[in-house]
Amino acid sequence: MAGGDLHPASATAGHGSFVEVVAVCVRYLPLLIMLAAWEMAGRSGLVSQQMLPGVGAIATAFFDLLQSGELVTNAWRSLSRAATGLGLAVISGIAVGLLMATRPLFRTLINPLVRILYPMPKSALIPLVMIWFGLGDASKIFLIFLGCLLPVIVSAYHGARGVNPFVIWSATSLGASQEEVLREIILPAALPDILAGCRTALAFSFILMVSSEFVIAKDGLGFLIGSLGDGGNYPAMFAVILTVAGTGFVADRLFGSFVNHCLRWKEQA
Amino acid sequence: MTADFGIKIEGVSHAYGGGQSGLASGTLALKQTDLLIRHHEFHALLGPSGCGKSTLLYLIGGFIPVQIGSISTQKGPVTAPGPDRSIVFQNFALFPWKTVLENVMYGLQKKGLPEAECREIAQAHIKLVQLGGFEQAYPSQLSGGMQQRAAIARTLAVDPDILLMDEPFGALDAQTRRVMQEELRMIWKKRPKTVVFVTHDVHEAVFLADRISIMSARPGRIEHQIDTGLGPERDESTLTDRRFVELGEQIWRLVREQAVLASRGGL
Repeated sequence: MAGGDLHPASATAGHGSFVEVVAVCVRYLPLLIMLAAWEMAGRSGLVSQQMLPGVGAIATAFFDLLQSGELVTNAWRSLSRAATGLGLAVISGIAVGLLMATRPLFRTLINPLVRILYPMPKSALIPLVMIWFGLGDASKIFLIFLGCLLPVIVSAYHGARGVNPFVIWSATSLGASQEEVLREIILPAALPDILAGCRTALAFSFILMVSSEFVIAKDGLGFLIGSLGDGGNYPAMFAVILTVAGTGFVADRLFGSFVNHCLRWKEQA
Repeated sequence: MTADFGIKIEGVSHAYGGGQSGLASGTLALKQTDLLIRHHEFHALLGPSGCGKSTLLYLIGGFIPVQIGSISTQKGPVTAPGPDRSIVFQNFALFPWKTVLENVMYGLQKKGLPEAECREIAQAHIKLVQLGGFEQAYPSQLSGGMQQRAAIARTLAVDPDILLMDEPFGALDAQTRRVMQEELRMIWKKRPKTVVFVTHDVHEAVFLADRISIMSARPGRIEHQIDTGLGPERDESTLTDRRFVELGEQIWRLVREQAVLASRGGL
């Protein structure tokens, strides 16, 4: 609302909100079409209800899981693992990326590792990590950490390398020390790239959260999907899958608004 | 020997791409340059593009290390950047994530002044460059001329002994440029400093400077030095002053000679 007067299209509130509603409907229309097709496929007998439960059945299973508390408990377990792994990755990834950009020796030592580890699928490490860290939280957190670390390192590195050198020179000629330049100039200047890397890492954290819990866990959303699937309870399994998708979507949107807030100094397109 | 000089440049040569000491293998940008800039003098460095005038300015700023020769100020030899020699760049180089006020306050905070004092001095300098009311604006919300005003305020706020300016108005349109030139000269009169002003615009140099050094084509050297002798007052009437017009003609011929040499020798 704050910047409302800048947009002539939303000047008249009634008209503006109508346009917005239509825009939202159009944006989510493909999703609605998919749900309808889903429901039709089951009802028409094209696909067996066993393989693809109807939307109604899934909704019922969802509320059952919600009421029993199973969904919330497991979601909490999963999300706290993802958050821990992601948080550690963001902090250390930014540090490593900035150091790579500013310390040539450090870059020489670390760069080969980054190049090899980045394209490698981290889920391939699941069996090994299980041996290293056991079946507890540590193994999942480590995998999520590793997967999220690399996009953050790479984005922080490229962001810091791309900083306008005249901005750095300005800071030093105003009396900033090397360490202050890194913290007060290079870090905020690289922030747009870093936040883009963190957004990628956020998506990775969901992928690794579910896939690692599939293989090594006694709880969590990934575990729940696996065990419900094994037990043949497909409506409930789908309910959990959709919960993961929905949570991921919400997390991404929240992060998106956080990014917009952090980068409000950037030129508005 | 506390001579009344602003900056003393003695026998400075500089090469790019030849490594730290490889003057022989790199491209020579400056050759045996000597220049004495007086205390509180407005000094313009003029020359064809690629003559090394920006290189000389960056050496004075301490941004690139002196390879051969020496540069010193009243504070001693130049070895690193410092707030006694603050710089304004052509592309403004403001901190885009900071507001105008935060930009101007940055150098003051680095001096360790208390927050209230930083704010007060910053406000005064924002007023000085006529940006009052834009304290909370981000650089991306300002026009080019306003951004350059903010950059000048940020540099003046730390009260440097020496003000370095690297084609500061080069990116501005003609009208804004003229206004900024008059304002800069006015600010300089209020707050005298040793100014080194790099430009390739002859009339800008004549209008602003007390003394002008014309550099030779690459490798750069100081080829001519001219006292403008236009007096401290510069305004609209200066532009039609006979001395201003004649100096412009004379200096243009000297610069043109070097530019022709540059185009023959360079490519």
